[in-house]
Amino acid sequence: MIDLAWLIPAFPLAGFALLVLFGRRLGEPGAGWVATVASAASFATTVAVFADLVGMEGEERFRVQTLFTWIAAGSFEVDAGLLIDPLSITMALFITGVGTLIHLYSIGYMHGDPKFSKFFIYLNLFVASMLLLILGDNLALTFLGWEGVGACSYFLISFWFSDEANASAGKKAFVTNRIGDFGFMVATFVLFTSLGSINYDDILTRADELSTQTATIVVVLFMLAAAGKSAQLPLYVWLPDAMAGPTPVSALIHAATMVTSGVFLLTRLNPVLAEAELWSRGLIAWIGALTALFAATIAVAQTDIKKVLAYSTVSQLGYLFLAVGVGGFVPAIFHMVTHAFFKALLFLGSGSVIHGLHDEQDMRRMGGLRSLMPVTAFTFIIGWLAIAGVPPFSGFWSKDEILLFAWNADGIGGKGLWAVGLVTAMLTAFYMTRQVILTFFGRTRFFDPTAAEIDAAASGRVGEVEAEMLAVTEARMAAVAALEKAATDVVKRSDAVSKAKTVLVEATAAVGASTDGAEGHDKLVKAFDRAVKAVNKSEAAVVKAENAAAAAEVEVDQLTAQVTATEARLSDVTDEVGRAPRPAAHVTAVTEATDAGPLVEYLPESYHRRQDQHPHESPATMTLPLVVLAVLAAVAGGLNLPFTKDLHFLEHWLEPSLFGNEAKVAATAGTKWILGVVAVAVGAVAIVAAFGVYLRGRADPAQIERRVLADGWYVDESYAGFMGGPGRRLFEGLSWFDRTIVDGIVGGVARSVTVAGQSLRVLQPGFVRSYALGIGLGSVLVMAWFVGRLFQ
Amino acid sequence: MSTTTVLAAEAATFPVLPALIVIPVVTAVIIGLLPASRADYSKLAALIGSSIAGILTVYVLWNFDAADGGLQFVSQQSWVGDLGLSWFLAVDGISLFLVVLTGLLFPVAIVTTEPHHDPKPYYLWLMLLMAGSFGAFLALDLLLFFLFFEIVLVPMYFLIGGWGHGNRVYAAMKFFLYTMAASALMLVGIVALVFLARDDTGGPTFNVVTLASQHRLSSTAALLVFASFALAFAVKVPVFPVHTWLPDAHTEAPTAGSVILAGVMLKLGTYGLIRFGLFLFPATVRDLAPVFLTLGVIGIVYGAAVATMQRDLKRLVAYSSVAHMGFVVLGIFAINSQGLTGSVVQMINHGISTGALFILVGWVYERRHTRQIEALGGLQSAAPVMAGVFTLVMLSSIGLPGLNGFVGEFLILLGTFSAAPWWAVVAATGVILAALYLLWAYQRSFHGPAEGDNATMEDLRLTELFGIAPLLILIVFLGVYPKPMIDRIEPTVDVLIEHVEDRVPDFAEDEPDRLRRAGTDGLIDAANEAHSETEEHGGTEDHGETETEAEDHGETDASSETEAGGTEAGEGE
Repeated sequence: MIDLAWLIPAFPLAGFALLVLFGRRLGEPGAGWVATVASAASFATTVAVFADLVGMEGEERFRVQTLFTWIAAGSFEVDAGLLIDPLSITMALFITGVGTLIHLYSIGYMHGDPKFSKFFIYLNLFVASMLLLILGDNLALTFLGWEGVGACSYFLISFWFSDEANASAGKKAFVTNRIGDFGFMVATFVLFTSLGSINYDDILTRADELSTQTATIVVVLFMLAAAGKSAQLPLYVWLPDAMAGPTPVSALIHAATMVTSGVFLLTRLNPVLAEAELWSRGLIAWIGALTALFAATIAVAQTDIKKVLAYSTVSQLGYLFLAVGVGGFVPAIFHMVTHAFFKALLFLGSGSVIHGLHDEQDMRRMGGLRSLMPVTAFTFIIGWLAIAGVPPFSGFWSKDEILLFAWNADGIGGKGLWAVGLVTAMLTAFYMTRQVILTFFGRTRFFDPTAAEIDAAASGRVGEVEAEMLAVTEARMAAVAALEKAATDVVKRSDAVSKAKTVLVEATAAVGASTDGAEGHDKLVKAFDRAVKAVNKSEAAVVKAENAAAAAEVEVDQLTAQVTATEARLSDVTDEVGRAPRPAAHVTAVTEATDAGPLVEYLPESYHRRQDQHPHESPATMTLPLVVLAVLAAVAGGLNLPFTKDLHFLEHWLEPSLFGNEAKVAATAGTKWILGVVAVAVGAVAIVAAFGVYLRGRADPAQIERRVLADGWYVDESYAGFMGGPGRRLFEGLSWFDRTIVDGIVGGVARSVTVAGQSLRVLQPGFVRSYALGIGLGSVLVMAWFVGRLFQ
Repeated sequence: MSTTTVLAAEAATFPVLPALIVIPVVTAVIIGLLPASRADYSKLAALIGSSIAGILTVYVLWNFDAADGGLQFVSQQSWVGDLGLSWFLAVDGISLFLVVLTGLLFPVAIVTTEPHHDPKPYYLWLMLLMAGSFGAFLALDLLLFFLFFEIVLVPMYFLIGGWGHGNRVYAAMKFFLYTMAASALMLVGIVALVFLARDDTGGPTFNVVTLASQHRLSSTAALLVFASFALAFAVKVPVFPVHTWLPDAHTEAPTAGSVILAGVMLKLGTYGLIRFGLFLFPATVRDLAPVFLTLGVIGIVYGAAVATMQRDLKRLVAYSSVAHMGFVVLGIFAINSQGLTGSVVQMINHGISTGALFILVGWVYERRHTRQIEALGGLQSAAPVMAGVFTLVMLSSIGLPGLNGFVGEFLILLGTFSAAPWWAVVAATGVILAALYLLWAYQRSFHGPAEGDNATMEDLRLTELFGIAPLLILIVFLGVYPKPMIDRIEPTVDVLIEHVEDRVPDFAEDEPDRLRRAGTDGLIDAANEAHSETEEHGGTEDHGETETEAEDHGETDASSETEAGGTEAGEGE
């Protein structure tokens, strides 16, 4: 079976090829199943190879299988070959195993995505690359896998590329990793010039031929490479951003497998590490320890469920670095395996939560999901117990091993490394407890209005009164206008009365002057009557106008009162809206509901829509992997139990890969027990504290979740500031230099083109053309002559 | 080794190398004779002609004896005997794949692109360009080489000036003047070399093989002649600081012109540096190596940095060529097996990847009528297939292992590291920058939200996909299994290195070993030592050994040289 080891990477590669060709036709869920089966077949092969290997004696368990020569020039030759040994097979086991589970999970998670089949193309290619990375029998092939997983990571982070942030995150991951890759390449060159070979077989067996200085340089360069891939200081910045990818990707690539490859590489090269100066190993250990602590402090203040896990991953990878630096290769691999289980579990759990909550990632909007998503909650809690170092879950055993080796590493940092590791363990227990409480315990905050929704409601509510105010003001203005018109009318009518009265006086006088029966007397009497009527009529009109004016005045008064009232109401409402509670922007609101109060009916559509949504448990394709991983996360500590030598299964198994470079632990059994008890105690304190703060409200979370922590100590901003500032200006300066100085000065040729341009307008045909003609004719003649000779 | 026997051997078989030059010329004549009303047929004619030539190159590849590092398919005729001019064509491991690349890129460029007007003269020039390119890679007579080297300028000038974009006349003129001015000096150098070496070679000869093994130019004379050659080649590569014609020419040229310019014509420079630089003047090249290594490294880092800031997608690809060709220069002047093999591999791979990139940028331009990166965005939504193809080519250009671009770059850096570690270290930073400028450009063009015309851009047509498919297949194949290619390149490189060892007595085999002390101080010391040694031959006690070795070589020199000459010229038999 061991001869069929090449099938391990071949299966996912075949799956990849199949999906590239037929993926779109297979569609959903067919493409997903093809990819899953390919990964599962790879896992089955790995298990078979593992079984073969277990049956062999020490030296036998280190085999090279050459498939074909890849690149060869001069004395340089690398093959496409596999190195089958306990280390590579251990890696392959959990990569294909966890990988298959995550493939299965993705079928449920990516349901309905228009690029469903494309996702699995990348996923299979990733698994194949990752397997080449660990199985390659030389540095070049490892580098192929190394860059291959980087490319897949890039594809998958920017999978939903329409969002600019995702695209940026993908590019950032690739470019940051390339900085590390630079170290990888140069280290490879140094090894080749020193040993004449970059095959592991030669490097590992002949590492003692390296001078201490050379070995140190190689180790530092590979450390740079590993710091990129395994997200250590100062190159960790890409990993938190990488969470922009779909959650299964975060679980597989950015937690369980790819990010461990830096640690794998350093472990693989343990004989070189052994040759290097102590300080270079100390550097690895300290970078790891400080990264672990640094990332843990940031994780404490994150509100995005995946960001917590991302910083937690950076922190846990720091532990692995620490372990490698102090010569604890077995603990490093041990913790790598347990971490792969529990961190994949936690990520997939968070994905299940996000899926169930319709893409909600903010933990301030979760809470109380325990009853709504029982399987997810239960498995997540097991993951939490594992990572928090609660015995007997797996993380406890592997983390304790690392702390023991750190305690043992007096030459590098006294007990400093151990102390940093212990503080980190405490922080880990704290932020993970915080996450579990915020997500699964306490009130269900999912239905609460968000700050934005309350703002929208507030402006809706105030807007309504404002509109009312506007209407009333306008009505009052119209009434005032009417009143004015009525007043004018009264004056006009009064004028008409006085005019009519004048006519009546004249008519009365005329009637009095004439005699009865005289000619025209009747006419005058009629005129008099008319005048009397006119006076009466106009007087009536005045009365009517006066009435109208009075009515208008009343209306104006009424409306004025109404305006005043509305004005008062507006200010009341504004006050009331201002007082309405908002969910805290920075600090987690835990116990109290955000009561929208009278604003409820004004909340926007999104709020009401959410009331109809039901946070739900995920489908079986998603929960099954959770359950399997939960079991593994619970029991994987059994791989390497500390009690007796016979229980150090992993240590015995890995022996052929470590060439006796594993550090010897001098501590007595008593010391070990004390260290273990201290670690458990510290973790317990942190867990209790987190319960106190986040479930019982014994302290204000704002005191813990400082702005500087939430913003990751501003490292990212500083990098971005440099790249966008001085870095960009330097490149722009070079570009300017090229356009003006170089192009302008070299031979003055460019200038002569423009200056001679005028004369060349005349010269051009006589110059280039005749040159062309000369060359052309000459060559035709020569050719003709030769062709003639040739075919004679 | 007389030419007659060579001829006798050659005359019996089909003269395939001359046919490579003749077929495109005949095609050009046919196109020229097409009546104006049948101008549409010129594309078909060009496609058929270039494909036949392409198939012939495959024939050459197929029948090439991989184990033989010497010249093959020799076609030799004396011309003006008194002047030592001859018709001398042959391929070896260094030129073989350049010839095949030429035979591949022309048909691909013809299939994938279309001139906007006057197809007849367009395809006519293209066919003449093909003939000239073949000739330049095949000629082993200095004057014949020079003739072809110059011929290619003319069609390219007219292609850029006649079918280019925007500022095409300026770009064409700049291209022409730069390259012509530089090669004018080369002609002087050629004549001087033949004249100065006429006694060593027993009468004047332009035969490169004879000259290389027999000329005894003083180091000053060799330096001057080499300088005149090197300038012509440096402009062509192009090497910093004589590269500024390239962005203009590339950007304004029609797509097919850019493809050929990047894929084939730039290689004339690096090919020339090997064949007519290192081969003819190994000692001079060795002495000047630090200068060229430095220029190569500047090209890599500077080209990449300037590429990052380009706003025009095509200009960005043009500057990426400066960076990639910097790697080739680096490998040549490492003067060792890995470096030189890597350089030849890189020449081919750059031709494939950059050719494909230019085709893709051309397609984007056809559809969107702009190459300004800021006017693009979100193209992947509308054109997922094109985005996928672009991604593959981009990763190849970045040098992702498993794809073709990696193999050459890695070998070059490996070879350079054993010869001049610090140069290799600086050059390796180019790998970071390459990822930066290409990924950033891709992000701004293909990722992000799609708006306006970007949202409705047409995806690749099936014909287009088939047209570019050969390049995509090679990108993967040569990345996964470069062995067949390297197997054919390496024997020739080994012969070349042996030749250098014969000609440069103190070019000790163990030189790289001394440089292998990889400690930081060791690196600097080694690099410094390498320098000072090249300047003063002997003197310090350190050189005792090498001097005696030099004498040993001196004794056997005469015999070994005639041997070398004999084997190399007699390969055709």
